[in-house]
This record gives sequence, structure tokens and C-alpha cells, in this order.
Amino acid sequence: MILAKTGNEALAYAMKQINPDVVAAYPITPSTEIVQLFSNYVADGEVDTEFVPVESEHSAMTACIGAAACGRRVMTATASQGLALMHEMLFIAAGLRLPIVMAVASRSLSSPLNIHGDHSDSVASRDSGWLQFFCETVQEGYDALIMAVKIAERAYLPAIVAIDGFILSHCQERIETLEDGAVREFLGQPRPNYNLLDWRNPILVGPATLQDYYFEFKRSEIEGMNRVLPVIEEVQQEFGQKFGRYYPVLEEYRCEDAEAVLVVMGSACGTCRVAVDQLRAQGKKVGLAKLRVFRPLVHAILKKSLARFRRIGVMDRVDAVNSYGGPLFTEITSVLYDLPERPAVFSYVYGLGGREFTPEDARMVYEQVLSGKKDELVTYVGVR
Amino acid sequence: MLKLQDLAKNQELFSHGHRACAGCGEALAVRQILLAAQPRPVVTAMATGCLEIFSSIYPHSAWQVPMIHTAFETAASTAAGVEAAYRFAKKKGLISDDIRIIAFAGDGGTYDIGLQALSGALERRHRFLYVCTNNEAYMNTGIQRSSATPYGADTTTSPAGRVLPGKIQHRKNIMEIVIAHDVAYAAQTTVFFWRDLATKVQKALDAPGPSFLNVLVPCPLGWRHLPSETVKLSRLAADTCYWPLYEYENGRYKVNYTPTKKLPVEEFLKPQGRFRHLFSGEAGQQVIAELQRYVDEQWELLLRKQALFGEESAKA
Repeated sequence: MILAKTGNEALAYAMKQINPDVVAAYPITPSTEIVQLFSNYVADGEVDTEFVPVESEHSAMTACIGAAACGRRVMTATASQGLALMHEMLFIAAGLRLPIVMAVASRSLSSPLNIHGDHSDSVASRDSGWLQFFCETVQEGYDALIMAVKIAERAYLPAIVAIDGFILSHCQERIETLEDGAVREFLGQPRPNYNLLDWRNPILVGPATLQDYYFEFKRSEIEGMNRVLPVIEEVQQEFGQKFGRYYPVLEEYRCEDAEAVLVVMGSACGTCRVAVDQLRAQGKKVGLAKLRVFRPLVHAILKKSLARFRRIGVMDRVDAVNSYGGPLFTEITSVLYDLPERPAVFSYVYGLGGREFTPEDARMVYEQVLSGKKDELVTYVGVR
Repeated sequence: MLKLQDLAKNQELFSHGHRACAGCGEALAVRQILLAAQPRPVVTAMATGCLEIFSSIYPHSAWQVPMIHTAFETAASTAAGVEAAYRFAKKKGLISDDIRIIAFAGDGGTYDIGLQALSGALERRHRFLYVCTNNEAYMNTGIQRSSATPYGADTTTSPAGRVLPGKIQHRKNIMEIVIAHDVAYAAQTTVFFWRDLATKVQKALDAPGPSFLNVLVPCPLGWRHLPSETVKLSRLAADTCYWPLYEYENGRYKVNYTPTKKLPVEEFLKPQGRFRHLFSGEAGQQVIAELQRYVDEQWELLLRKQALFGEESAKA
């Protein structure tokens, strides 16, 4: 069915079709509508979900952990300060290998207070052991949320699906939805690792570990993350075969002979596509590398793709204060470090706190990367 | 009426071999609670703290029932998630047993950092029993004061010094905070009175909504008493009315134990190292007097509540 939906509406609709067993959530802009709309589905009996409207995001994630430890399919949504408040529990969800799926309408972090879109919240959670998918469009958000459930449950790892706050969460797009039955058939039943409610076979979830075991637990979690890429590719392939929409983890757009390529995550990919088309029309060889999967960091794929280019710009919608370039920039440069001939890589920070990022801005960045001349380590695009 | 010989026939669901200190009141409480819960199947959650450290160090476990530990402030919210999953499974016919959920947290995880999660879970009326194993300070991190720490107690963050007499505030009245949530059942007890504790566990587990137990668990390390005196101290706490045994059920207060002779609070304080500084001088005497005043006032207040909102008032 073709529908007009905002990002929040599309994700809420996907959640309805997923029909999770338990949703625990606390409202926060710009993600509020996801749960608000979902609670209507609960009120109208359109889902079977046990809905737990908790008193904070910290408790939202904790209740999700408790429910997921009982082998249930569990989801939530949040943003910004809410994701930051969950921070402690994110590590626990990942450490317990619980496939919780969370929609995030990415937003800046205080202070100063700002409700608008950037990637500060999601990127700040990057080391928590959650899978992270960044979406360019509402359609992609809808599809990614459905795929994330299957990926998380196969990998026994929690997953964030991030749409840019306001830019996608509140803007209406034409989306092609799937049939309810098709979504449920695609996902099937969860196959949990363990079930706390199986009281005849008692288990202890979340023990204390000392110097003799903690490292091994963490290492096995890291191994789980290291092995998740084939699972992602398999599920995306399956989704494509069933529904005709294929999503690569890293999409190259007009990169074949590109002399300058920008690596971008989220909605700014659309802006950069426009700039690429405009510059290509002027005969300038530019391309876009759209990174959908931020965690796990797909280093082999990035290395293989980016090694061909001489000049690369990395776009961060977040700054890692006083780091040597934006967070994605430092990861990309690490990936490229052991190449015999390293490309020149430039760091751009843009769009903080919802600051508009226009095709003109993108063209300016491309021109600068093409020129290979840059005075500062990091260029802050569009800041006064 | 519950008989000890019946309880003794039940399975030990909190097994020996854990790493609690000798004389640990918390270990006693948990063991008694899991004995009293039977034959109901229980699933449990706990906060980070002594209990978690001494019972769950991988690859060992003292728990013969399902147990989940997530973080310090999360006993109630974790249990809320477990309860939601249970409700879902029950609704869908995936589970037929009537499982009870128990959350365990110390006074720090209850009175302080976990208070918000507890309040939220009580307000949403998750059906679970929340047990506060209350030893009146952060014993696991090395005896720091909590809002359950009594006036005048010497802790590592409310030390008795030349100017200050130990903690300078009275403890928080968690029972009233919990009762204000209109819980299905709330009670205060301690480990000496095993029948009182066991009866309250059963009532709390069968209550039709959220329930709460505040269990005083003497801590030899933090209270600095002899391990052999844990049970005696828990009795002295009740005999001095420092720790009244009472319950709140269907809107009514009931005092479950009235000492035949109400002892001065000094009797409870004296065997404990955390109050030793109060027994060497005039200033200490004033602190003890203030503590006595507080204990008397709270006891009288409780008796008035019983008179106003108790069985007697119901008859009148």
C-alpha cells in the first residue's frame, strides 16, 4: 500500500505491523509520536502488545531488558536526553545479548537545550554494543525497523534504527508499506537465547564477574558484534528478494570515476545526492558513499570501497569535542591507515542542532575536497 | 498459623555456599523469604549491592530460582519488565502457572537511587513484591550513609568527628512514601520474628497488586556488632520500638508486635560500633535523647494511625 507518512508515523506503523510483545517507553521530542501513535494501536486492540508507559527513559530501557530476558520481542523509541539517560542500560542490554529494537529520532544533546536533529545522541551511544542503522528517507526508516528486528534476533544483539529528528521524523513522504501478514511472516517468531520465566529451569541473568571472567564475557560480546555483518547482509538480501527493496550497508552513488567522494550518514545523503547530480552536470567527478550501518563498523567494506579514491570528505552531524576530527572521520581514517597509498581525508562537521544543510553547502564541501586545499583540520559547515 | 517445622520442609531456594559475611542479616532475610514463598513459583530481580555480590559471582550462584540483575537503581523497573512479559505470556496462553515476581534491593537502591523506579512501578501497579533488605547504609561500597541511615550513626560519609555527631538527619519514612502510592500491601519486619516475616511474605505475594516489605537486616560490618548478635539486635530493634513491626493492608494500619516492656533505645544502640561515639560524653547523650524522642514520636504516631485507620476504627 502506498501511504503518505511522516518518519514517526511510518515507524509507529511498522511497530504496529511488527506487533511486539512488550513496549516500554517514555516520551521525548522528536520521537514522542512514535510511541504516542503506537499507544493508540494498543488502545484500539490492533496489537497484542503489553505497553508499559514508564516514568523515565532509564526505566524504559530497564523494563525492556527485563521483558527481553523473558524471551519476548521488545521495542522502544527515544531520542537525545532520553537516549543519554538510557546510556547505562544500553551496555547492559547488549551485554545480556538481548535483541531489543529501538527507534531513535536523532537529536542534539544539551547544553544548550536544543530539540532539533543531529547525531549527537546516537553517536554518543556507539560504544554500547548496539547495532546502529542510519536512514536517509522515511521509506528506509520503515524498512530498516522491520529488518532490524530480524537482524537483532538472529544476532542476539540490540539495535538502534535512527532517523534524523524533525528532518525525517516530522516530514511527510510517500512510502510503500508492506502487508501486515507479510511483515509477520518475514519476522516469524523470536527464538530467544533464554527465558527467565522458565522457573522450572532457573537461570541467573546478569551475574557479577571478577577479573577471572569479565574479559571473556566482553570478548564474546565483541565476537558477536564482529560476526553480525553476514547476518545483516543475509536479512537485507532476504528483504530485497521478498519485497524488492535492496539496501547495501554502504551505497556508492556515482562513484565510479569520482575524484572526490563524501562519506555521509542519514538524511544528508539526499542533500548530497542533489549536489552530486548538479556537480556532475558541470562535469565534476564527484560521488557519495552513503553509510547505512554505523555499528558494526563495516571496516572491510569501507576500506575496499574508499581505497580507490584520492580525496574523501567525511561528514559528521556531531562533533567529538577536541577529538582529531569528527567521530566518523576518525573511524574512517583509522580504516584507511594501513593502505600503502592513503587518500587525503577531510573532516566536516555540519548541521548541529538542526542547522540547515543545503545542496549549496554540500557543493561547497565537494569543491573544497576536489581542490584538496584545506586550512583547518575540521571545517564547521554553515556555522556563523 | 505458620509452623517452623513446615517451613523447614520447604526447599532451600537460596543455597548455602554464598559469600555473605558471617552473621549477615540480608542473607538470612532472603533465605527466609524464599522459604516462605513456597509453593508459589517465583521469579526474582535484584539490585546491584551486597546481595548481588555475595550470591552471584560467576560461575557460582546461590539462586535456585530465576534471578535477573541489571543495575543498582533498577530492581523495580527490571521487575516491571519481567512482569509485563509475564502478563503477555499469560494473556497468550504461553504460561499456565501463577508465577510471583520478587524484587530485592537494599536501602540505597530503594530509599535513594532506585526511588524513582520504585515509585513508577508502584504507580503503574505491576503485581510484584518489592523487598527492601534494609541495613541502613551503603554497606557494599563500604558503609556510606543513605537516607535510611539513622540519626547519629557513624558512617564513612557521615563520620562522627569533633564537630558532627555522625549523621545529622533522621531517616526517611519510606513506608509512608510507599503507602502513599496506595499499594495493595506494605509491611515492616525484621529477621528475628521469622513467623511475622514469613506471614508477611505470603500476604504480600498474594496481594492483588504491588506490595512492599521493609526488612531490617542487621549488618555486622556496617553496624560493627558481633556476627552472633545479628538476630538479637533485630529483636532489640523491635523491643525498643526503633523498628516497629506493622503492616498496611486495605487502607488499614496494624501493629503486629507490641513489646511487653518498651526498652530504651540505648539497648539497641549500645552493642553497635556505629553508635559507640555517643556513649562517651554529654554531646552523645543529647544525640541519644533526640533519637529516643524521634523513636517515641514515630511509635506514638503509628499507634494513632492504627487507632484512626486500623481494625478498631473499622469496628467503631
